[in-house]
Amino acid sequence: MNSIGLKMEGIVKDFPGVRALDHVDFIVNKGEIHGLLGENGAGKTTLMSVLCGLYRAEAGSVYLHDSNTDSEREVVISTPREAIVCGVGMVHQHFRLVQSQTVLENCILGIRDTNLVVDYKAIEKDIIELGKRYGMEINPEAYIWELSVGEQQRVEILKMLYRDAEILIMDEPTAVLTPQEARLLGETMKLMAIEDKTIVFITHKLDEVIEFTHRSTVLRDGKNVSTVDTGNTTKRELANLMVGRDVVFSIVRPNISPGDYVMEMRGVSVYDSRGVQTLKDIDIDVKSGEILGVAGVSGNGQKELAEVATGLVGCKNGSIYIGGRDMSDSSAGKFIKAGVSHIPGDRIGVGLVGNLPVSDNLILKSYQIKEICGGLLFNQRFVHEYVDRLIDEYEVVTPGRDTLARNLSGGNQQKMVLAREIESTYRCYDDTRLIVAVYPTRGLDVGATEFVRSRLVKQCSEGAGILMVSDDLEEIIAISTRIAVMYSGYIVDVVKADCVTLEDLGMLMAGERPIDEI
Amino acid sequence: MKFSVEPRIEATSSLRFVVMCTSILCAFMFGGLIMAIVGVDPVDTYVAMLEGAIGRSEDWNDGQFYSITETLVKAIPLMITSLAVGVAFKMLFWNIGAEGQLVAGAMAGSGVALFAKDYGLQSTYAVINIVLMCIAGVMGGGLWAIVPAFLKTKFKVNEIITTLMFNYVAILWYQYLFNVAWKDPDGMGFPGTAKFDGIWILGRISGRLHWGLGIALVSGLLVWIILDMSKWGYEIRVIGQNLKAALYGGIDVNRNVLRVMLFSGGLAGLAGTVEVSGVSYSLQEGLNVGYGYTAIIVSWLSRLNPIAIMIVSVVFAGIMVGGDQIQMTMGLPSSVAYVLQGAMLFFVLGGEFFVRYRMTIIIGQRHADS
Repeated sequence: MNSIGLKMEGIVKDFPGVRALDHVDFIVNKGEIHGLLGENGAGKTTLMSVLCGLYRAEAGSVYLHDSNTDSEREVVISTPREAIVCGVGMVHQHFRLVQSQTVLENCILGIRDTNLVVDYKAIEKDIIELGKRYGMEINPEAYIWELSVGEQQRVEILKMLYRDAEILIMDEPTAVLTPQEARLLGETMKLMAIEDKTIVFITHKLDEVIEFTHRSTVLRDGKNVSTVDTGNTTKRELANLMVGRDVVFSIVRPNISPGDYVMEMRGVSVYDSRGVQTLKDIDIDVKSGEILGVAGVSGNGQKELAEVATGLVGCKNGSIYIGGRDMSDSSAGKFIKAGVSHIPGDRIGVGLVGNLPVSDNLILKSYQIKEICGGLLFNQRFVHEYVDRLIDEYEVVTPGRDTLARNLSGGNQQKMVLAREIESTYRCYDDTRLIVAVYPTRGLDVGATEFVRSRLVKQCSEGAGILMVSDDLEEIIAISTRIAVMYSGYIVDVVKADCVTLEDLGMLMAGERPIDEI
Repeated sequence: MKFSVEPRIEATSSLRFVVMCTSILCAFMFGGLIMAIVGVDPVDTYVAMLEGAIGRSEDWNDGQFYSITETLVKAIPLMITSLAVGVAFKMLFWNIGAEGQLVAGAMAGSGVALFAKDYGLQSTYAVINIVLMCIAGVMGGGLWAIVPAFLKTKFKVNEIITTLMFNYVAILWYQYLFNVAWKDPDGMGFPGTAKFDGIWILGRISGRLHWGLGIALVSGLLVWIILDMSKWGYEIRVIGQNLKAALYGGIDVNRNVLRVMLFSGGLAGLAGTVEVSGVSYSLQEGLNVGYGYTAIIVSWLSRLNPIAIMIVSVVFAGIMVGGDQIQMTMGLPSSVAYVLQGAMLFFVLGGEFFVRYRMTIIIGQRHADS
């Protein structure tokens, strides 16, 4: 086996009231792709933040490979700059790129030892060279805002490689990618491993762990539970290690016969601010007791579909009915009152207010009801009871209702959003309840994913209609009643979920109808 | 020796307090440094300022509270305008126009005080007249603020520019009124309107201190209740912290912009009315001395907290009165007060860094706190 590329020993990190890392040992060899797994809040990001100099550990040491002696050497990394100097580069989940600058400018941003006059030609050559070497060809003169998400991520990686990073930390890199892009990223990582780079790959997607990594380490509650050879393990074993108990992988779709229409869209078209048509003549409906899954490569109109279904965007042509009521000209507020709730795809940007406490966040959709606010002032006692009940029922792990929402882990933030959205549908004109869930389990760990899915299914069997947009095809097939497939703003087809295969869906997502139907 | 900086998860309130006190101390030390460079003794100057702001113990023993009441007289308009901009800032709406709204309110209030009797609207009870005048002032300031708000909601015009420019418009109108249109014919050529009749004047508590203090305290209470306990305050908080989430939650953002600016401008207008009715008794020179701008500093230093605004306003008023005092007794420019105010803003905002991040000094290769 190769020499050790990175060794972290006995790392301890305390946050007020919690020990986030408890004597964690973590070893990655050179030329290895090493999966780092764990539930939200298990300490993955904290451990890597210590390595990158963002957090200072209470105890423990870090050793890196020293090419002069070909053995490991202890280093102290106390600032992000020192991390770069030591050859540690992190590709963050949320990119650290300057949108209005070019690829090249982003690559050299912050490098100190450049000459007064920058030799752009030479740098350009280096970047093209690096891109070729790792299968990430990109135009160095392109502006970041012109690039797709996948390309932006490549710039992030190139940036690190350009700075001679020997250790690359990839923080959930595939969460934002399409399956094709994810596969390309896998190839790139393999190329980097061949070049003896040390790669830490943080992810929730167990398939990718199996496919890409050599070994993986599982963290749970701030402890290193196990480091395993990926070749000798299974998804189920990894999932069990992460959660610490047996995980039920299959949640059965609700088995009740669908009732009345909860939502109907008839001939809906939508144009964006530049006049581009994003939804074309959409005809779909959701009945009570039914989950309508929406599949498609992201960016084919799913976001807009959810925005129309929740009243955030008005439809230009066509009509939308909620519980039989024509809502074509209604505002988001009216939709909420009509029993429509919305678990947004952009949890942090839209779904919650990070700088406000959990309690303020939990009442966002119900602060107008008369129990909370009969007149002008809030009934504080009712709010406290209501909020505490939701925290309890939806197993939101938080120090208290006054904790700021941004300090919760991703899974708990989503549970909070889920709690608020499900509860808000109970208080409307009639029994109509529609839950529009966009990527409801994206970025969540196994435990939280299971929780969210089972709650959605439970709502469905209690009579709510659910419109679920997801990029996880297995999820869609597992819990949907019917599946609508979107391609470039159209609904290609609506199929029954119990008689469709992944391959069928893949064809439809590429915009091709099965031949026998034409 | 190296510095290591890492973000804090959540800062404790005791830490905030310590950082705040240290920052203010640094500001005064910085001010002292400037004084030393100019060639005066900082300690003497600060003592003189303090005596100017709160008086000397001999005066207190004689029952003389002139300095304290002067400080409070200056604190009244500062409190009300700081509350006004604070409410707008809470929604991340940058109302830089409190100065103009104050002047607009003063014009409206003065207009009522001067001309209401011509239309038979004058009561024999001062209380009723004052209420009428305040309503006019609130409407004046509110109308002055609603125009930029409307432009923002309708055409997305940047409110920083419009509210700021409206200040100049208001001030020019105000100068036109007391120099020309409403100028007192019996004023022997001096600019200014006629003095208000006694029933249009706010009563005094002690010295020049008038019942505007009560109005300021009630305003503070009102703002506190609105921001902390009401549905409206909740909407303001959500809009201010995450606009997208507010839209997603079904909050009507445009309506809130109009409402908040009507309220914010109304409060600033009230401050103007209280000034003319409580201090100058007429519309005359000297109203636009920058309360509306100082209010921006005060509300930021107070972190938009209404109770803190009341306290910081008094401190700032004290610095202003103290500055006037050293100008008279020591021949130093009163702008020392502005240096101090600026330094306080600078240091307190700078101190924010230590609230958000934990800084440690690392000596040698081992970790060491210090």
